[in-house]
Amino acid sequence: MKAPAFDYLRPATIAEAVAALAEGAGGARILAGGQSLVPMLNLRVAFAETLIDIGAIADLRAVVDEGETVLIGAGVTHATLEDGTIGDHWRGMPAFVARDIAYRAVRNRGTLGGSLCHADPAADWPVAMMALGATMLLAGPDGERALAAKDFSVDVFTTALEEDEMLTGIRLPKLSPSARWSYRKMRKKAGAFGEAIAAVVHDPARGFTRVVAGSSAVGGPCRLEALEGAVALGSLAAEAAIRTALAEREPDLDRYEMQIHATCLRRAMKEVSS
Amino acid sequence: MTTLSLTVNGEPVRSEIDPRLSLADFLRENLALKGTHLGCEHGACGACTVVVDDMPMRSCITLAASCEGVRVTTVEGFDDDPVVTRLRQAFRDEHALQCGYCTPGMLATARDIVLRHDRPDVEQIRAELAGCICRCTGYRGIVRAIAHVIETKSQATEAKAGTT
Repeated sequence: MKAPAFDYLRPATIAEAVAALAEGAGGARILAGGQSLVPMLNLRVAFAETLIDIGAIADLRAVVDEGETVLIGAGVTHATLEDGTIGDHWRGMPAFVARDIAYRAVRNRGTLGGSLCHADPAADWPVAMMALGATMLLAGPDGERALAAKDFSVDVFTTALEEDEMLTGIRLPKLSPSARWSYRKMRKKAGAFGEAIAAVVHDPARGFTRVVAGSSAVGGPCRLEALEGAVALGSLAAEAAIRTALAEREPDLDRYEMQIHATCLRRAMKEVSS
Repeated sequence: MTTLSLTVNGEPVRSEIDPRLSLADFLRENLALKGTHLGCEHGACGACTVVVDDMPMRSCITLAASCEGVRVTTVEGFDDDPVVTRLRQAFRDEHALQCGYCTPGMLATARDIVLRHDRPDVEQIRAELAGCICRCTGYRGIVRAIAHVIETKSQATEAKAGTT
């Protein structure tokens, strides 16, 4: 045993989990798949007085087709998204992203919601969900609230979740049949976190365009609106424009970091525009 | 302490455990199933991979307490598994192990590759194996063993399809 001792709760409903969070008064943490949290507890870089294991809450694994959007339960695993068993309304993008997260044994436990709440700056889902225009649904003692992906993501390992709130679902707009997307990641080894990530989604029928970069170097997912005009017009953004947009977000990128981020973005935008 | 009930290698198990106990430590220390090996203990090396509800999972970064009601199969529980039986023979034939430390995790992972893929190429097998580290073999024998089992599976499926 490596983690310091903690109390353990395994609620059966979202309401029970939210009540337990309030009870924990800041010392309680939600445990989803635990594929980041458990090693971090073991390494003693994360702490919890009480772990609230949400693995038994069936509602968190529900997927509801709402017409123009799909509500994906926060407890849906990467492997489920990889296998596409929830149906594909995004021209294969979530399955593509999921396939390259860590390893299958990790994807079988790790969840979409867990990854978003953990908010590792180099993680895939925060970038991909921002690019798809996701809305996060949060449950707290005063009821539910919805936040756009860009408002949910606050900083490195930091989200807009209050101490007594949990993420219950992700509302994802469906892509039109004519939509195009690209997702590019640079990393040294299969399964490793990306050193640079770029996601581009262009859905002209909905007037929706997103260019998003992510990584530890740029401090997590960031929408680069300055580059979206070129994508919407089907033209290629100038290399200088890509570098300017990145430098505006993170002025301290070194030459290597700038190069790999710019390359991911250029390739992703080119793939969507070609 | 918390109460845990689950099935391990077909046998029902009920135990009082400390919530911070990992599934790997529970299997090894509480149940004396030492076939599950611990390498990195933070999810990177794959040595501790076991089958949970028919899916490979990392037992070192899975809390035992989270395994309420699940079915766990460790390397000790694969004797009646037809895929692992063929993998074991193929691992022997292709020299897919030397010291054997990674082998329990390799078998759990290889079983999943065989069951989920019909015709993976070598690149796909290697990508699927990326989460399992072997410091002896250089992987060639492991990849060949898995490819061989998948090949014979496809042939068996085709032969069956041909007769109907």
